[in-house]
Amino acid sequence: MYWESEKECMDRSELEQLQLERLQSTLYRVGTHVPFYRQKFGELKIDYEGFSSLDDIRKLPFTTKQDLRDSYPYGLFAVPLREVVRVHSSSGTTGQATVVGYTRNDIKNWSNLVARILTAAGLTADDVIQIAFGYGLFTGGFGLHYGAERLGASVIPISAGNTKRQIQIMQDFKTTALVCTPSYALNIADVLFDMGINAAGLSLKFGLFGAEPWSEAMRQEINEKLGIRATDNYGLSEVMGPGVAGECSECNGLHINEDHFLVEILDPETLEPVEPGEVGELVITTLTKEAFPMIRYRTRDLTRFLPEPCPCGRTFKRMHRILGRTDDMLIIKGVNVFPTQIESVLFNIDGTEPHYRIIVERENHQDRATVLVEVKESLFSDQMSQQRELIDIIRKQLSSELGIGVAVKLVEERTLERFEGKGQRVIDKRKI
Amino acid sequence: MLKIRNLASGYGKIKVLKNVSMHVDPGEIVTIIGANGAGKTTLLSTIAGLVKANSGEAEFRGTDILKLKAAAIPGLGCVMVPEGRQVFATMTVEENLLLGGHVLQKQGKAVIAELMEHQYELFPILRDRKDQLAGTLSGGEQQMLAMGRALMSKPSLVMMDEPSTGLAPLIVKEIFQIIVRLRDEGNTVLLVEQNARAALGIADRGYVLETGKIILQGPADDLLANQDVQRAYLGREKND
Repeated sequence: MYWESEKECMDRSELEQLQLERLQSTLYRVGTHVPFYRQKFGELKIDYEGFSSLDDIRKLPFTTKQDLRDSYPYGLFAVPLREVVRVHSSSGTTGQATVVGYTRNDIKNWSNLVARILTAAGLTADDVIQIAFGYGLFTGGFGLHYGAERLGASVIPISAGNTKRQIQIMQDFKTTALVCTPSYALNIADVLFDMGINAAGLSLKFGLFGAEPWSEAMRQEINEKLGIRATDNYGLSEVMGPGVAGECSECNGLHINEDHFLVEILDPETLEPVEPGEVGELVITTLTKEAFPMIRYRTRDLTRFLPEPCPCGRTFKRMHRILGRTDDMLIIKGVNVFPTQIESVLFNIDGTEPHYRIIVERENHQDRATVLVEVKESLFSDQMSQQRELIDIIRKQLSSELGIGVAVKLVEERTLERFEGKGQRVIDKRKI
Repeated sequence: MLKIRNLASGYGKIKVLKNVSMHVDPGEIVTIIGANGAGKTTLLSTIAGLVKANSGEAEFRGTDILKLKAAAIPGLGCVMVPEGRQVFATMTVEENLLLGGHVLQKQGKAVIAELMEHQYELFPILRDRKDQLAGTLSGGEQQMLAMGRALMSKPSLVMMDEPSTGLAPLIVKEIFQIIVRLRDEGNTVLLVEQNARAALGIADRGYVLETGKIILQGPADDLLANQDVQRAYLGREKND
């Protein structure tokens, strides 16, 4: 099922023509309307008016989160404020907040792209969508909300938090689709279990999860516990919000809305394109944004292109679910480690729960990593030898996956803090 | 149908178009709006082979048209209705139409007669005036004749240069309704217009040309809602 088949199933050469047209007019606009880019293009003597192919994009400078911070609040806007009908802002948990804006057309396009992703996931106007993303300055809530309304679905704008109430409403309002972070979906599943509610008795059929990296094993766990089909979707406020990419019902990677976004995957060190199919940093250029166009925004998200065509018929490039963040990437004893690697190991070991923390410390100039893992309560009442055995299994599998030795500690079920928004699973005590 | 990439052209040392990329898909009305001197007519003339391109690519139904002579292009199915009509004033309406159909002459009289009949259906006023000299027609009638003459070759793409120029608002409305009907009958139209509101009102997509560059493009509705377009081309300034 498609929302706009004429776009989503576009012939590749037609798509590239459209991308080139949109890139050229975007560059004219940012080159004249945004002082930041005008200055940068000028300093670097970039003849963007002579750009004749999509590959020319590699001559352009990058835009980073720091550039957005330095331009706080409105420095990167390409239109006067009175043409802006909406402002969103990043949470600022990892530094100074950043601000983004939308014109009326931007909101229209955004809603449309989110409607595409909802349709790809299998939703229709008949669905009742419970949006448990935070509303407010975060783009997740409003982004999904407008897209769901555009689709014609019935929207429950419950926002994040108050899990028992979420469940109450899910039961009473006959919610068919849940929208939130994957970790919050698991949290809801836990509380359902506590309340003695069988998920099979709910009307829930779909889950659209995003805003944080998760694993295939976590998807299986959510699907089983909630009795749904969970799909991944991707977006970030700096380029728009949710709606940049999303999975179809094949659940085999995210289709990127390439008619609105030009994507590159680059080696985060050399900033050169990676070999096809290799992992690198996702870099995005917006092709239609009016108020807040972004040129080569470094997302810090790591993924890879999936070159095989998708059976669903969409021709847009697919990317693998986000594998981690360049700034999340831990270098332990000189080895690159991603939290998602640890997550997938834990998911495949019986007796463990999908909740964990990684603590990295430095003692006598030596890195030491400890993984805290929640285990089922029953294990603690059992013999010590069983616990030791489990620790041994986890340690061995983690060492083989990560290539470094880590310490493992078991903790009781529900002792690690749960997240309603984005999870923060790494505690790096080495930082100054 | 029509695909243009990085087209640059002009007159001698004067560079008018700079790196223009655009396309027209079958069955669409695509409009190019822009101020006087932005390069709209130059763009159409370059596609029609009347102005030589300096660089870039232009493909019409898979054929590279930049290397072709102007006379060869209508034969491919790409015809232009020039600005200011340019009907043959000393010939009758019917003779003008027949001239438009000359590329199909080999297909026989019946085909030509059928096409002629179709134009008279589309523009009933031309039937009433068929024996009149074209020079005696009103501006609106001449515009209709120029359109009918272009359609006589059964083109796959009709390019129209400023069809609203010098016409009364009511006539403009009628002309634009006919353009919509042409699209609804399966024709493809590339419409160059200074009357941005009217053009965007009927078009599927549009391009905004400014000093030889396409600074905006998108669905016609989006362009109508764009404040730069409203300010520059629709003469609408929001109250301060």
